[in-house]
Amino acid sequence: MNRKSNTFSKFANDANVRGVFFQVVLIAVLVFSFFWLTDNTLTNLSNQGKSLGFAFLSSTAGFQISQTFGTWLFDYKVGTSTYLDVYFIGIANTLLVAILGIVAATVIGFTLGIMRLSKNIVFRAFATTYIEMLRNIPILLQLFFWYFAVLRALPGKREKLEIIPDLIGVNITGLYLPAPLPQEGFVYSVIAFALAILITFGVSRYAKRVQAQTGKITPVFLIGTALIIVIPLITFLATNSPLDWNLPEFKDTGPMLRRGYQAGSGMILVPELIAVWLALSLYTAAFIAEIVRAGILAVSKGQTEAASALGIRPNFTLRLVVIPQAMRVIIPPLTSQYLNITKNSSLAVAIAYPELVSVFAGTALNQVGKEIEMIFMMMMVYLTVSLITAAFMNWYNSRVKLVER
Amino acid sequence: MKKLSILSVLCGAALGLGSVASANAATTLEAVKAKGFIQCGVSQGLPGFSNADDNGKWTGLDVDMCRAVAAAVFGDPGKVKFSPLSAKQRFTALSSGEVDILSRNTTWTMTRDTQLGLNFAGVNYYDGQGMMVPKALGVKAATELDGANICTNTGTTTELNITDYFRANGMSFNLVAFEKADEVVAAYDAGRCDVYTTDRSGLAAQRGKLTKPDDHVVLSEIISKEPLGPVVRQGDDQWFNIVRWSLNAMINAEEMGVSSANVNNMKYSSKLDPGVARLIGKEGKFGEELGLSNDWAYNIILKVGNYGESYEKHVGPNTPLKLARGVNALWSQGGILYAAPIR
Repeated sequence: MNRKSNTFSKFANDANVRGVFFQVVLIAVLVFSFFWLTDNTLTNLSNQGKSLGFAFLSSTAGFQISQTFGTWLFDYKVGTSTYLDVYFIGIANTLLVAILGIVAATVIGFTLGIMRLSKNIVFRAFATTYIEMLRNIPILLQLFFWYFAVLRALPGKREKLEIIPDLIGVNITGLYLPAPLPQEGFVYSVIAFALAILITFGVSRYAKRVQAQTGKITPVFLIGTALIIVIPLITFLATNSPLDWNLPEFKDTGPMLRRGYQAGSGMILVPELIAVWLALSLYTAAFIAEIVRAGILAVSKGQTEAASALGIRPNFTLRLVVIPQAMRVIIPPLTSQYLNITKNSSLAVAIAYPELVSVFAGTALNQVGKEIEMIFMMMMVYLTVSLITAAFMNWYNSRVKLVER
Repeated sequence: MKKLSILSVLCGAALGLGSVASANAATTLEAVKAKGFIQCGVSQGLPGFSNADDNGKWTGLDVDMCRAVAAAVFGDPGKVKFSPLSAKQRFTALSSGEVDILSRNTTWTMTRDTQLGLNFAGVNYYDGQGMMVPKALGVKAATELDGANICTNTGTTTELNITDYFRANGMSFNLVAFEKADEVVAAYDAGRCDVYTTDRSGLAAQRGKLTKPDDHVVLSEIISKEPLGPVVRQGDDQWFNIVRWSLNAMINAEEMGVSSANVNNMKYSSKLDPGVARLIGKEGKFGEELGLSNDWAYNIILKVGNYGESYEKHVGPNTPLKLARGVNALWSQGGILYAAPIR
């Protein structure tokens, strides 16, 4: 055995040295792969006579987009709006359906989760059947099912089904609602509303302090509701009711094509949006229900027993003892379900809801052909939205998690 | 030891990626010959143009284009694998090298020819965008369609054409654009839209899928020029030529009266028109110049047929599509089909 191999084996057997060595190698391989990929992409692109660049974003888009929230928000006009507008319209429509879906899925999911633990066999059986059916059928199929079920169930374009006569009606082209048209001075009512919420917060903090000191319970919920309704209402009336309504207009005379709800009247929820919303929220609610059930079951029975031993009434036990402790188990997996809703919303392309993948990666991409740039821009959107959702949920999680003393 | 093996795997992976890059650099013909088949991008199901039957066998006018190239390259029209592509996947699939030919009722436009880095090898069907409406609407002309709901596919020229047409006529409309044709038909059938717009050949093909095809009428207006044809990547002229001349051979064969039925007789005939002799490889070395064998066009005609045969078999008046030759007739018969000569 000579000295050289001795030092080598000394180094080779040193866990630290080995660790550093392999990490350096790994980083080198990663950096090399990245550069190789980039270089190869650029070479292949230039071989095909293409170049990278975002200049296309400022050219005008020559196609119509289905009239939805996004086109209204960005005032889309064929011939003047640019591809950048198309991008924003896609984002707006994606966010709209994601937010609607998250709210609905949470409400349905929590209800089902609690129903699944109910002592009532009908509730329990319903929740179990629902969950087992919906979470085991692929979401894309459910999307098609809801879309075509919605379409086939609704009356035709020249007919209507009125939910509230002259105000709310529905047919195959969508759900028509009165559209609010804020007039001058409406902003004061909005300010009053925000103010009322702030005051309610103050009242609730004060009530907590009073309860901690004296044990007296203030009816915060009642006071808050009254404040939030009364203050804006008074402001609204005092400023001479500055809000008009654009009612949906229905015609059943004249040429066949013109009959039905008139374009530009009222506010419309297109059936594509309703179908995506239904499919996303009903599907995800099944998962959320299981998460909620797991969370509640994770709170040991001793907690409930201790609460009743202290004389806390059953409905207070659920609200003040069980749910707060269940939340710390529920929040992390709930976050991934919220992220899933956002990402699954991209399936809406299949049923013509003009979200990001449909208008930007579909229509726009085919006109401009900048695959790499456009897919990159889309990935950034989903990444940003997901990271923001995750960050918010992490913040909320750190608030509700068990504080050990 | 374990870590070392991971390292060697990583290095191997890096080398492997390198070799993929060099494979890309070879010509398409070499790559196709090496793998033994042609990868052909087709539609997800457009009867008459590219449609798979219950056994997964693809047929149609666009499918025959790929089979013709396979016959020219391998002498065997079966050496094709088909990739069903949606309208929006198709160009990415072609430019990334996933398919060798895109034969998917694709309109030849300037943007696609220049910006997308593609080459159109010719036109195998002259089409135009049309509109279908339910008869119950009582619409006689497209100019009466102000305020209509219109269903179509995303990622096609139809979206632009219909927008242009309505803008030019000062009419408003709402566009509902689906990813796949099947959903467009289903939504139109359910009454979501007043109008279904796509190429007229597509309307003829999809009409059969409606619950009551006779309750719908195709309006007479043709609002665009849609020359449909096979597409290849830019930068490989040899492959471009092979596809272009496979199509030209089919059209020339029809013009010269050479068909799958009589091409064998002609091959052994002593008195042969010089044009036909060049076409079927008895004179000249036209196949070798393409990098193929000299009986390339003979194989196409024998095993796939000439353009007219293919047309009659898949989209002609005796098929469910019932499309008359119209502008797709030969130039000598009142149409605009005109192929450069083989000489």
